[in-house]
Amino acid sequence: MARTVGFFTDTTLCIGCKACEVACKEWNQLPGHAPEFGDGYDNTGQLDEQNWRHVQFHERSTAKGGVAWNMMSDVCKHCAQASCMEVCPTNAIIRTEFDTVYIQPSVCNGCRDCIAACPYHVIGFDEASGLARKCTFCYDRLQANLMPACAKACPTESIKFGDLSTMKEVAGARLNQLRGQGMAEARLYGEKEYGGLHALFLLTDKPEVYGLPPTESAVLPSRNNARSYLASLATAVVGVVGAVFAFRERGGKE
Amino acid sequence: MIEHFVTAPQWEWYIVWYFFLGGIAGGVYALGAILRLMGDERDAPIARLAFLLCLPILVICPILLTLDLGRPLRFWHMLIDSRTFTLNFKYWSPMSVGVWVLLIFGVFALISFLEALANLRTGRAPFLVGGLGRAFVAVGAVFGLFLAGYTGVLLSVSNQPVWSDTWALGALFLASGLSVAAATLSLVSRLGRHERSAEAKLTRADRYFTVLELALLVVFFVSLGAVGSRFLAPRWMALWAIVLIGTLVPLALHFSSERRTPAMLAAVLTLVGGLALRMVVVFGAQM
Repeated sequence: MARTVGFFTDTTLCIGCKACEVACKEWNQLPGHAPEFGDGYDNTGQLDEQNWRHVQFHERSTAKGGVAWNMMSDVCKHCAQASCMEVCPTNAIIRTEFDTVYIQPSVCNGCRDCIAACPYHVIGFDEASGLARKCTFCYDRLQANLMPACAKACPTESIKFGDLSTMKEVAGARLNQLRGQGMAEARLYGEKEYGGLHALFLLTDKPEVYGLPPTESAVLPSRNNARSYLASLATAVVGVVGAVFAFRERGGKE
Repeated sequence: MIEHFVTAPQWEWYIVWYFFLGGIAGGVYALGAILRLMGDERDAPIARLAFLLCLPILVICPILLTLDLGRPLRFWHMLIDSRTFTLNFKYWSPMSVGVWVLLIFGVFALISFLEALANLRTGRAPFLVGGLGRAFVAVGAVFGLFLAGYTGVLLSVSNQPVWSDTWALGALFLASGLSVAAATLSLVSRLGRHERSAEAKLTRADRYFTVLELALLVVFFVSLGAVGSRFLAPRWMALWAIVLIGTLVPLALHFSSERRTPAMLAAVLTLVGGLALRMVVVFGAQM
């Protein structure tokens, strides 16, 4: 059943339990990496070929001198204008009937151009299979009319799943509610970026804090095509004229 | 200034060597073509040498690219959609364009190589003469120049720091490609016995290319602005020093002497500098 789906991740409800990460790995049969313990509670590290959900933990000081958590379950944004899809030379990356962005494992040849393109550090290279891998939006589950594993497992409904239009309404209503309660720092991310993301986030800090490029930095790789080729063309002309000039001068001093 | 939150694609040595050899292969064909189309009969041996060198260097390129893939046996997915068996071509993806250019340029390189080989072995006159032959060589040169430069555009058409923060990388790689190509021709030519006047011409051409490359290095850093400070880390200083030695010293040698030993030293330094440039650009942005 074709439909346009979306996630809405409400970070104010996230308790950092990582059920989404576990459910994702269970369903998608991702072995995961060995946990890495640093100076925080995040032992997942980053989104990559094994981590298709990643619960970020950000500590911040409060006005009263205490410490508060900003937690966010990060995921592929399934951008309407997807940088990865734009550069993929094999057409392995497709837009599905659910309007999600999917890397076909049978087509990808592991060139990694999508990794260079993705502005959200989502895609990782899987050494074992030789493929670029990322969140599939549980494509198989969607086809079976099931919700993605992460949304299903989330105990606080921080991760909501539904039609994208419904998610936008839910997100808008939640933003108004929080602002009404005096949370002035609440903001939505994903409505304007890349033609609209299929994973919206309600944040309580600047996007950069969560590793999300601010709107003005959310740009497509193809922005550089014309100007880079033009500069190369100008250089080619100057180079060829220089060569012709050099070759036409009388022979060297013998 | 654009803020980046990205993962590096882990393009490493295969890609560095591809960028370097692609620059030489594309550049020597272009130089061979210009010598053929604009030069006199004394330049013919160097033009022939250019066409003889181009193909062997070029054939290494797709091998390197294939080895770099996670699934090398699927290299053909770049050209043909494995689902529909229709041709894959995306003009807005430099990797897609580059694969086709590599293939098409290969045809030009092969035919020019065979012509040069026949000329060398049997003394048969070149057959790529007359209007059509000259046009063939000229079109081949355009593809060669494209190959030498698009690799920089490929890096820029991404969201990686440094690479995507400049519009000068394609231009810089092209200028460097012409320079290393002239150095390669000059070096191989001086190892054998070729026309001195043509060698002097190559040296003069390389002067232009090196000045162009230096100018574009400045443009590159100016276009990067504050992002360029990433390269100021001590770990990249040695490579930048080699890049500068590989441009400034050959330039000084080109202006001071046309004798054999300094010219060969200049060529070797140019080649090492050209490789260092690609190393620092490719690794410097990813680490």
